[in-house]
Amino acid sequence: MSLTKDAGHLFRFAFLFVVAFAVFLVVRHFVVPKSFGEYGHYRGAAIGEIAARPLHYAGHETCETCHADILQMKKAGKHAGVNCEACHGPLANHAGDPSIQPAKLDTAVLCIRCHAASAAKPKNFPQVDADQHSGGIACETCHQPHSPAIQSGGTK
Amino acid sequence: MNLDRRHFLVMLPAAAIAWKYVLAGTPEASPNYTMTDHWWSMLIDIPKCIGCGNCVRACAAENDVPEGHFRTWVERYLVTDWHMESPEVISPDGGKEGFPAAAEEANGKYFFVPKLCNHCTNSPCTQVCPVGATFITPDGVVLVDQTYCLGCAYCVQACPYGCRYIHPEKKVADKCTLCYHRITKGLTTACCENCPTGARQLVDLKDPSDPIHAFLKTHYVQVLKPQMATGAKVFYNELDGSVR
Amino acid sequence: MNGVEGYIYPNEITLYWSVLIVLYPYITGLVAGAFILASLVRVFNVKAVAPAYRLALLTALAFLLVAPLPLQLHLGHPERSPEMYFTPHATSAMAMFGFVYLWYLMAVLVFEIWLDYRRDIVLLSQSTTGWKRLLYRIMTLGSDNISPRSLVIDHKVGWIVTLVGIPSAFILHGYVGFIFGSLKANPWWNSPLMPVVFIFSAMVSGIAAVLLLYMGITKWRKMPIDMPCVDTTAMYLFYIFILDFSLEMLDLIHRVYEADESFRTLNFMVHTKLYFSQIVLQMCIGTLVPILLLGIVQVTKLPALIRKRIYVVAGCLVQVGVFAMRWNVVIGGQLFSKSFLGYTTYKMGLVSREGLLMAIFLTILPLGILWVLMKLLPPWPEKQHVPLPAATPAH
Repeated sequence: MSLTKDAGHLFRFAFLFVVAFAVFLVVRHFVVPKSFGEYGHYRGAAIGEIAARPLHYAGHETCETCHADILQMKKAGKHAGVNCEACHGPLANHAGDPSIQPAKLDTAVLCIRCHAASAAKPKNFPQVDADQHSGGIACETCHQPHSPAIQSGGTK
Repeated sequence: MNLDRRHFLVMLPAAAIAWKYVLAGTPEASPNYTMTDHWWSMLIDIPKCIGCGNCVRACAAENDVPEGHFRTWVERYLVTDWHMESPEVISPDGGKEGFPAAAEEANGKYFFVPKLCNHCTNSPCTQVCPVGATFITPDGVVLVDQTYCLGCAYCVQACPYGCRYIHPEKKVADKCTLCYHRITKGLTTACCENCPTGARQLVDLKDPSDPIHAFLKTHYVQVLKPQMATGAKVFYNELDGSVR
Repeated sequence: MNGVEGYIYPNEITLYWSVLIVLYPYITGLVAGAFILASLVRVFNVKAVAPAYRLALLTALAFLLVAPLPLQLHLGHPERSPEMYFTPHATSAMAMFGFVYLWYLMAVLVFEIWLDYRRDIVLLSQSTTGWKRLLYRIMTLGSDNISPRSLVIDHKVGWIVTLVGIPSAFILHGYVGFIFGSLKANPWWNSPLMPVVFIFSAMVSGIAAVLLLYMGITKWRKMPIDMPCVDTTAMYLFYIFILDFSLEMLDLIHRVYEADESFRTLNFMVHTKLYFSQIVLQMCIGTLVPILLLGIVQVTKLPALIRKRIYVVAGCLVQVGVFAMRWNVVIGGQLFSKSFLGYTTYKMGLVSREGLLMAIFLTILPLGILWVLMKLLPPWPEKQHVPLPAATPAH
């Protein structure tokens, strides 16, 4: 047929497309991660990888398995709801290896983070102007951090 | 004290085992965790927030958040009288080091608003990702697959809440994971764990015993920018209308 | 500090879409516009523009080849970009880029140019020597059939390709507008008119670019400028410009009248940070002045020399205006906080990967490619009727 003869070059062009598409499909088969589409349009294995990221905060339940004494002290006081690492910082490495000693804390910095007076804080939250309140005396002189009310026992 | 020490020594191996268990494996590997049993979100109780910045610091420490970027941050609002459209908002370094002391405002009110990814059910950010590098998991957490992300930043543009950024070293989108590596091991998020007043609480909407259900029954809550219809899942108790 | 005014969310200080993303819609716009001009000749039978037909096609191809580069360069991980082809996300406008781009490049532009040039390519493959001969032989795809019947078939198929090409050009650029217009989070972008405005401004910039290139290259070749060709092109430019301007005004009026929650913030931005690029460059210098100039030509009878000068001035102003429009959309959309309480500042790098020098390089690069294309595929018909052996291509 003269049509196929005179349109032959068009078929050559089309053939290039078909070849390119076939190559694309083959490459795609090998390149797309295996778990892609397992749960949706994403790499399913990514969920597990993200879940396996390292912890830095052990969580108070872990702390309490050893430090039950502190838990008992805390339970009765105003700081019952304040978890260990909120003041002590991330201690997952200590939980995994208790020989790693956590750093000593400075109450002058710590207490004031929450309890510095500010009109922006909720009115029922205990807050002080540090200079007026203690005149520079360290907080733990009167307040035991694990049970801060004075009657429950300061160290002096 | 002696008893405590003995108690401590007895407990030590048990704790180590418990800790190993906590550290173990992926959700698929863990028989105690089934993704479809959970639908994670968070409750923010605004009247309880004191703006200490503990959550911001904890998040940065837990997730290696790059300096100057935030997976969570705290804003302080000052709304005077009826001027809800022009609140005075500050968030110095995301509230990481707390806030400067505020003087009493005769004609206005202050309050703190912690922000984080809303883990939207119909999230605009996952919608626009061209390659499927960000997605919502079967347990309702919006995550980024950082080995697959192109770093095109379209998701950053699409988030109405400003919760995403491009990680300056990794050059990929980064955001709150709702501490997915913690919540799948039975722990709470770093921000909730370290919130001293309980202003932030991780909630599992699929868990019928979660206190959230009782809370929602008795409180009036709101999500951020409800007009965006993103299906935001971070619920705010006593959220002022000036917050955006 | 940091160029921040008022309150912005802490993650909003950095703009993640840089000047390269400004360049990207600008360049694709030129492609779409140049192609629409070519289709005037092919589909709508506007014979007067015929001298610029092949130039318009080659211009479109030259710019299209560069179009993905700014995108590629702005990615955090350019090496991962093939993922767009392997796992395109159906709900993402951006994922469609790869496919729309490939379709437009291969099935429309390259195919149409190939059909149009096939006779020349076959003749050149016989008249040239050395590597050029090899190159042309590859381009013939091994078929030297240039029988009258085969050329008639080419012509018919080419007509169909152009017909398909018009909506394709609209899709290519319309989807760029959709990328911005479909984001509900950003009120500066969020508008159903965005794709339409993008398409019309694309046509304006592309037609003006071909007009400038045609006049410049013809002058450089020391050939007479075909006045009916430039007059007709300028006329189409004028009318499409009027449409484009009306659409942009409609969008503006709608925003001002509706005055939604974002209005105060955006209004303030337009009057401060965007004043120069939006009001001065885009609206006055880049739109009103060229419309006025082109309009004067339409209603008066000016001598050819004056008309040519007006076209050059108007054509250049159009490029400034359309580039400013892309700038205002892309950069403007990231300057304000989504809290509507503050603003940040765009700090453009100079020599960085997304800096000013790279942007300038990417703007000039298509002109270099066009020069090569014109060497390979001479767009001027008068030169090809004499296929001399060992002929050096036109000039």
